[in-house]
Amino acid sequence: MLAWRIRSKWARVTELEQRLARLRGPVPPRRHNARTIAALTGNPGCTRRAVLDSAGVDKQRIAAHVGFPAQSGQSRFAIARGNVFEAQVKADGAAELLRLLRERLGLPIPEVSYDDLDTPDAPDGPDGPEARHARSRELLTGAAGRADAAGLLFDHPLLRLDVAGQPVYLEPDLIALQVEGRFHVVEIKSFAVIDDQADPAKVSAAATQAAVYVLALRQLLTEAGHDPELVSHNVVLVCPRDFSNRPTAALLDVRKQLGTLRRQLSRMARIDALLDQVPEALSFDLAPDTAGAPTRTPAELAAALAAVEARYAPECLSACELAYFCRHEAAGATAALGKSVREELGGIESVEVVLALAAGDRTPTEEQAEAAALLRTAARLRAEALS
Amino acid sequence: MSTLTALARAQALATGAAQPIATVRHLHLADRPLVFVPLTMAGEANAPLAALVGADPEHPRLLIVPQPRNRDQRFAFAAALAAELLPYVDGLRGVAEAVPIDRGRDVRHRYVDAPQLLVPNAAGISFVRLFGRSTRFRRTDGDYPVHPSVPLLGRWLTFLADRAEHPGSSTLLAMTDALTLHWATGQSAMEDQNLAALLGWISPPPGVSGVVAAAEAEDPAIWPPAGPVTDPGFDNERLAPAIAAYEAALDDEGARLLAYAELERLLRGQLQPTWELMWRGVALLRALPPGARVEPRWAADRDAFTDYANYVESEESYPQPRRDGAVAAAQRLDRLERAQASYAAQRAYDDPLVMAGHRLTGEAFAGVVTMAKPDRVDDTGKRPVLRPRIMVLTSDPVLMAPGAALYSPARPSQKGTVVFVTPAPDGAKTEVVLELSGGMGRSLTPPPGSVPEVGERITYTTLSEAYRPGASFPAREETPWTHGGPPTDHVPTERDATEDWS
Ligand code: SF4
Repeated sequence: MLAWRIRSKWARVTELEQRLARLRGPVPPRRHNARTIAALTGNPGCTRRAVLDSAGVDKQRIAAHVGFPAQSGQSRFAIARGNVFEAQVKADGAAELLRLLRERLGLPIPEVSYDDLDTPDAPDGPDGPEARHARSRELLTGAAGRADAAGLLFDHPLLRLDVAGQPVYLEPDLIALQVEGRFHVVEIKSFAVIDDQADPAKVSAAATQAAVYVLALRQLLTEAGHDPELVSHNVVLVCPRDFSNRPTAALLDVRKQLGTLRRQLSRMARIDALLDQVPEALSFDLAPDTAGAPTRTPAELAAALAAVEARYAPECLSACELAYFCRHEAAGATAALGKSVREELGGIESVEVVLALAAGDRTPTEEQAEAAALLRTAARLRAEALS
Repeated sequence: MSTLTALARAQALATGAAQPIATVRHLHLADRPLVFVPLTMAGEANAPLAALVGADPEHPRLLIVPQPRNRDQRFAFAAALAAELLPYVDGLRGVAEAVPIDRGRDVRHRYVDAPQLLVPNAAGISFVRLFGRSTRFRRTDGDYPVHPSVPLLGRWLTFLADRAEHPGSSTLLAMTDALTLHWATGQSAMEDQNLAALLGWISPPPGVSGVVAAAEAEDPAIWPPAGPVTDPGFDNERLAPAIAAYEAALDDEGARLLAYAELERLLRGQLQPTWELMWRGVALLRALPPGARVEPRWAADRDAFTDYANYVESEESYPQPRRDGAVAAAQRLDRLERAQASYAAQRAYDDPLVMAGHRLTGEAFAGVVTMAKPDRVDDTGKRPVLRPRIMVLTSDPVLMAPGAALYSPARPSQKGTVVFVTPAPDGAKTEVVLELSGGMGRSLTPPPGSVPEVGERITYTTLSEAYRPGASFPAREETPWTHGGPPTDHVPTERDATEDWS
């Protein structure tokens, strides 16, 4: 009985893997990182995104091929500044960081040992991500069992998280700090905190990314039989202070982000349910020729995209590579004007219907009745004031 | 977002052009606004890269920082900006008017004009605030001396940025905010933050629909972003090599001048399109007639300007603190809330289209006076008082209950108390009986015109324009210990003056 259950689960997993591979085509899945995983929470209701991300499809290339390239790229000035700042915080065994943790956050860190878990090898090098992850796991779980009060800093641990049934290695530029038996994730960002205030959008993006690490670290400890609560939901955010290069630190509660992330990951873990809604033959394979140029027509790929339901909202523009395609597709939908606009229009989906109801040219259905009355009054009042 | 504005967005999308959501201009537009388009260096903390500034659309002044990480060059930029802004501010202090106070027993003086700084978007306002913060504590002596104009610039920029948080103020405006206050586009509020796209909807080129114009405006190669953040493609492909060329040429005078000129050319190319959009926006706003209550709000701006100009000149004056003390912060919040309420009421009073939004939500109704008893006297009290009653017939939804106090833009000083609300005999409309008080003089016969007559179209609303007294707060020196105790005066320290800017 038991053997049968295991086999059937196994069969389902491989079947799912095959299905996802077919969706993706014969290319390696796009590698996730904390930023892309954090972005998954941007529009949790969107099936299109969940399916493409689960399969590891390169959305950027697809978008470009169907004629709606994403505006992307980061300024090299920003990248350079970020690297300089991070290196500075971590210099001399993270001396600067330790001073901050003691002074600003009052963490009792009498003495600290510093472990750089980075290996000269790239994650795909001879060591491989599995080996590096194993080493991180060994050190981190080893530390979790220790009761001594001395602090431990782990630089570059390689963590792992399951996304849609696939292990994803996270190579964070973060430090996990253990103090008094509890782990804190330290996230280093290069946006400025001026007079104790920072751009809320940037802080919230940093919080979501840090939450990805918290989740991965908790998963690692759980698998080794430890209490996941050993990883604090308070992360340490380190940013440049005021207009200087000197760092400042703050504790950030990421419980809310953890919740959102867990929900989205479990939705993707049930990806087979979502796949039941899409055609069996569907594929986003670009089928590149020997020179790497896609051989499938843009129209074919656009049709493939259209076969999976999307839920476009203006927020997609800053969160998903397919935004311009989906926006174009959503033209004429009230949701494309913003969630609040759609709500104010009584939840009616199409602009055309809204205007017809407002003009009294269309008989409302029963559930549209209330919205229609409001829209008719609104149209009358607008016309009256503008006449 | 109200249903009325949401409907306007839907209409804009269907017609391909932005739709008006105001019939009058709700902000003051100066005769000579100072337009300021700043750019920053990506990744740095509000480090200036370049700007176009000026009050003359034909002759903007271009300021650039050839090595944006160089501290001295940043302060040179600040001094150059000060050389534009400070004379502009000073030029508005020529003429003052006498304003009676204390029931006419005294007068005070206020300038007849005030500065108006226009930036492209909300991020431009943040730039102004942070640039003010990074310059106002600097010293003209000591370790890192700056030009005397730099800290003064910082204080004025901080004044403008603080004022910009005051609802209804017009001294520092983001063009995107100014335009979206008057037009609804067929795109989302988020996309409206792009000035080029927004203007694509409001005034598309002839024969082009708003959707097409807005889509084109999103291509950074055609329309560089309105800043302060630059386009990453521009940074990587053009700016970085040009800065590198400048750095490589430092020892060679001729090559350096060439490299400088090239940087100027590149940065002007990024700024000029936005500069032109700014003046297109100014022209569109200027074409709208100002609302009746815009001038009194501008007078409040002029009061604030006069006060601050006098303070800056006084002996005991300090730059604004990094953060407000507890009492000052609470007072400020209270002030902003009251300003918000009266600004909302004033806009509705000034503009039937804004009032229409309140009619839709049941905060106002408009109708026709069907009955009036202008000389009705209430003699149940100690002394008889004039309490006319009128009946208004309206097709608007009426959500007010008997006892509610209403006001009419036509007679702002008169209160109408709801007596009855009854469905009209035809079923579709509503009859409202109101009892009027105030605004009719002291005798028992109302002066002509002070009571609405039968047949008059009239609007009543719960929004009141009446002065709202502020909440009372402990004096600064009595700040309770729970709120940090009395704050000390913020005298800038050596540390403030020399803080890093890297
Ligand atoms: S852009 Fe499209 S695919 Fe991406 S989240 Fe939005 S709706 Fe989904």
